[in-house]
Amino acid sequence: MADTMQVTPGAAGTLPVAPVKGYWHSVWGRLRRDPVAMVAGLVLLAIVLMAIFAPWLAPASPYSTSMLTRLQPIGTPGFPLGTDELGRDVLSRLIHGARLSLLIGVMPVVNAFFIGSMIGIVAGFVGGRTNTAIMRVIDVFYAFPAVLLAVALAGALGSGLVNSLFSLTVVFIPPIARVAESVTTKVRSVDYIEAARASGAGSLTIIHRHVLGNVLGPVFVYATSLISVSMILASGLSFLGLGARPPTPEWGLMLNTMRDAIYVNPWVTVLPGLMIFTVSICFNMLSDGLRSAMDVK
Amino acid sequence: MSYFLKRILYVIPVTLAVGLFCFSLVHLSPGDPMDAVVSADAPSEVVQMVQRAYGFDRPLPEQFGRWVLRAVQGDLGLSAANGRSVATEVFSALKNTLLLTVAASLIGFTLGCLFGTLAGYWQGSLLDRLVTGLAVGSVSIPHYWLGMLLVIVFSVELNWLPSSGAGPGSSGDWAFEWAYLRHLILPAITLSVIPMGLVTRTVRAVVAEVLANEFVEALRAKGLAGTRVFLHVVKNVAPTALAVMGLELGYLIGGSILVETVFSWPGTGLLLNNAIFQRDLPVLQGTILVLAIFFVMLNLIVDLLQAQLDPRIKRG
Repeated sequence: MADTMQVTPGAAGTLPVAPVKGYWHSVWGRLRRDPVAMVAGLVLLAIVLMAIFAPWLAPASPYSTSMLTRLQPIGTPGFPLGTDELGRDVLSRLIHGARLSLLIGVMPVVNAFFIGSMIGIVAGFVGGRTNTAIMRVIDVFYAFPAVLLAVALAGALGSGLVNSLFSLTVVFIPPIARVAESVTTKVRSVDYIEAARASGAGSLTIIHRHVLGNVLGPVFVYATSLISVSMILASGLSFLGLGARPPTPEWGLMLNTMRDAIYVNPWVTVLPGLMIFTVSICFNMLSDGLRSAMDVK
Repeated sequence: MSYFLKRILYVIPVTLAVGLFCFSLVHLSPGDPMDAVVSADAPSEVVQMVQRAYGFDRPLPEQFGRWVLRAVQGDLGLSAANGRSVATEVFSALKNTLLLTVAASLIGFTLGCLFGTLAGYWQGSLLDRLVTGLAVGSVSIPHYWLGMLLVIVFSVELNWLPSSGAGPGSSGDWAFEWAYLRHLILPAITLSVIPMGLVTRTVRAVVAEVLANEFVEALRAKGLAGTRVFLHVVKNVAPTALAVMGLELGYLIGGSILVETVFSWPGTGLLLNNAIFQRDLPVLQGTILVLAIFFVMLNLIVDLLQAQLDPRIKRG
């Protein structure tokens, strides 16, 4: 980055920012007219706010247990959504669970977005043998179905949040790198890049000024479509006992621990999964809206 | 070089890399791979003896070489938890997983083709919007949760179908009888939801694309009946739909671990799950290796079949 600054002194300051803003402005304009995407976005916003303000919103502590009030059904006075196998308030645990569940669902995609884009852009921009070498390594990861790869890594590394985050990041890097590589390869041969090169711009400048802006958009849209899968897989790893550990409130783990009481208190057991489903489908609909608003593919 | 030969040869480096990955898994994991075999307070002579028996005392490249040589001969080592042959365990579990995933694929493929064709034919209609919504829902649903929902409705509330296991008793054998089939219904439906959504989306897109083609107009103009036009649509949709389904079957085999856990279905997923919690690394390694190679081969078959059905691929 410092290199780039030296090559084009002052350019960053003088370049008008307006056109870039204009693009996002028009994307937002189109997205706003998409009712499905807007509803999905509002629901997600509400869930994110719920996660942030969890300590103030939750009526009870998500940790306080009581043997006297175990496995209460939905609608019990004092426990609107019932209690779990240790007598903890399920509503409070769902509200607090949003924090970790959202974090472990979104973080792998964010990490993979940065790492995968970098790998893909380098491979696509450099081209030739380097490209082939990088993409062949990426291909190997395609030999594993996503769930299997995540479980294999998380299982070998041992259970825990950091390991599950790491495993899912590894799962999402190859597909993102592939998209970044294919878009970069297309962009690289465009005329204005040739022109920039002919006028003496260095590789870093070209990547910084011309490639990033054209590549990150489509890759970003693609990455948002992965969040839904990531939510399901992250909570799935916790459901298997490979992610969050008890007594932490996390939706996948709650599904796991309450599953034993499925015959006693069936409908309370369903609730954490409903949360995962809601977040996952909203991310999918928002991503579809974003895709058409940004006119990608 | 012909497309077919190139595609087949490509499998060799991929398989080797997959092997290297599975081999490294054991060394990625914290603690000594010996931990599951001998207890922590065992005398050092015993530890060394077991180390020699398992080959853990040799340098890593040599260990990898020996491991590959034995794996090629179908020897995946012994389970650290119960000393049984890993290959036997994996393949008997794989049989159950295949049963489940093939059943799920058939359901998902049939429904997906049906819904996708209907939606593609009547684009923009209420039906289309319903189907599209269903497809988005089916790829967004945590399938392990759907499995629990089905258990609650059909096992807990209605008491119609069993909620776990693969059949009456614990023999592990399977037969095409109602006593066994009823165990298959809920897990198969649960697992079928993912391919259903993807096949629906694909078929809908391709049907719409084919119908928008000029040749369809030409066929209609020639006075061909609707069924003849439909035949052309099928011919164009089939390669893509089959390819999606073939790949999905592979994903299901690897991804059935969560559903198998919900229903205690005695397949590779449950085996893997148990191996993880018993720190049984040979079983973990062997299961993943077999599943990944199965997936690679399935990809190969799908690619070759697709190239056979659609000659444009060979040229591209």
